Amino acid sequence: MMNKVMTAADVVSQLHDGMTIGIGGWGPRRKPMALVREILRSNLKDLTVVAYGGADVGMLCAAGKVKKVIFAFVSLDFIPLEPYFRQARQQGAIETMEIDEGMFLLGLKAAGMRVPFIPTRIGLGTDVLKHNPEIKLIQSPYADGKEWVAMPAIKLDVALLHVDRADARGVCQIKGPDHYMDDLFARASEKTFVTCDELVDTSVLNGIDEARFVFWERSETTGVVHIAGGAHPTSCAPMYGFDAKHFKEYNGSVKEEGGWQAYFDKYIACTEKEYLEKVGGLDAIKKLPLPVF
Amino acid sequence: MSEHTLVDLIICAASEAWKNDGEVLATGIGVVPRLAASLCMKSINPDIMMTDSEAWIVSEPVPVGPRGDYTPKYESWMGFSRIFDNVWGGKRHAMVGPTQIDRFGQANISMIGSDYKKPKAQMLGVRGFPGNSISHANSFFVPNHNKKVFVEGECDMVASVGYNPARLAKGWKLEEVADIRWIITNLCILDFTGPNHQVAIHSLHPGVTVEQVQENTGFPLHIPANIPTTALPTAEQLALLNQVDPHNIRVTALG
Repeated sequence: MMNKVMTAADVVSQLHDGMTIGIGGWGPRRKPMALVREILRSNLKDLTVVAYGGADVGMLCAAGKVKKVIFAFVSLDFIPLEPYFRQARQQGAIETMEIDEGMFLLGLKAAGMRVPFIPTRIGLGTDVLKHNPEIKLIQSPYADGKEWVAMPAIKLDVALLHVDRADARGVCQIKGPDHYMDDLFARASEKTFVTCDELVDTSVLNGIDEARFVFWERSETTGVVHIAGGAHPTSCAPMYGFDAKHFKEYNGSVKEEGGWQAYFDKYIACTEKEYLEKVGGLDAIKKLPLPVF
Repeated sequence: MSEHTLVDLIICAASEAWKNDGEVLATGIGVVPRLAASLCMKSINPDIMMTDSEAWIVSEPVPVGPRGDYTPKYESWMGFSRIFDNVWGGKRHAMVGPTQIDRFGQANISMIGSDYKKPKAQMLGVRGFPGNSISHANSFFVPNHNKKVFVEGECDMVASVGYNPARLAKGWKLEEVADIRWIITNLCILDFTGPNHQVAIHSLHPGVTVEQVQENTGFPLHIPANIPTTALPTAEQLALLNQVDPHNIRVTALG
């Protein structure tokens, strides 16, 4: 029987410069931040980051890890504009493929389905087509006679996800209200590495009331890393909300001279165990209130 | 006439946007659009559907702000992937707040500036605007009606498709790519009922003149012969509004 348990360092050792890396979650919600931090500690560079973006994208931009971002938005929700993504864009420091949220879904879906594109009306008439000349139009072979957008597959080398709990075989459970596009990220990628708040025995996940919260088969999961609080400062509902205070500090740092370096020195240039202590410990994280929208 | 503020008037007027929509998902992004949809569902069109702004369709609008003992009346799961299923099927009417709107009804929340590769100001990104605009009805809310929002040329980044013949794809009609209903601002309500979908003044808020609206808009508006004054909120509407906004969060919504 397969045992997929590994460490964050094991995951990062399988990443290479120039890779296309998909990151699950949505804005400030259920991001695999411990893995992002591990990438920040590494020498990796020239990454293409594919995400419904939040601080994951912002931090990777701030640290100079990013060549290109494939995105529909980058936002912390309650802080609408992500500070370091914004800075990187305004400095002209990164390449982009800016697409609609649904085109993004279709691109991942196409990759998972192993088709080169999925036809859609989305994007017609907009500058999404102007700024992404690699997205082509296609003439319908059917009676409608229309031109359609052929949304290309977004193939990922690696997907990084965070889930509530998983077992050693890679069965992943998400009990929060939304699994976002994490299942599509898993299917669109060659390898999928998942961090989990709880590593559990398979028996914990058995039963139809539990199985309903598993959104992809374990065959899509390459590796499982147990990092309690691994989504912090993003949320992992229903276990914990996002850390508004931490995000405010992070957001404020962009206005300070050397602000990112100070944030890095304080929160990244340490072990994950030390990080957890610096942000108040796991008990404090578990007490972070769930956001009310 | 009841005691009301400008934001009350805007919300009550905006609630009419979904009046004849039947059973569609009404999505209001931001406090004013959300309250407008909530008020609509509680009064003029109880058949619209709303979410809790997170992942569930609810049987009645969820009040904005802290909920106390209130539990949303969850009706069905509506995570983001399913939102797109709904969007692409077309049974939705969203009201959103663009950063820029041009004379074609094209809208932008992505970035500001003439150099896309190095924006003067990076905003959110196109989000769901391209897909929303070509899939279902849309209305816009503009808290501060001025020429920075209602731009003279085209938007810096056209994120949502409008009634622009120059951008029409082969085989499509303008009416198939855009269905833009109202633009509700702090001065007036605009619609697209002018010749060739020209932006027209639908109604003026009390005390606002045609000249004032035109001066604050970067493109020529169609001025109908008779322009009504935007309806004042009724006491019943204000009472319902207090139910969906019990903490009066709307008071700061115009900035």
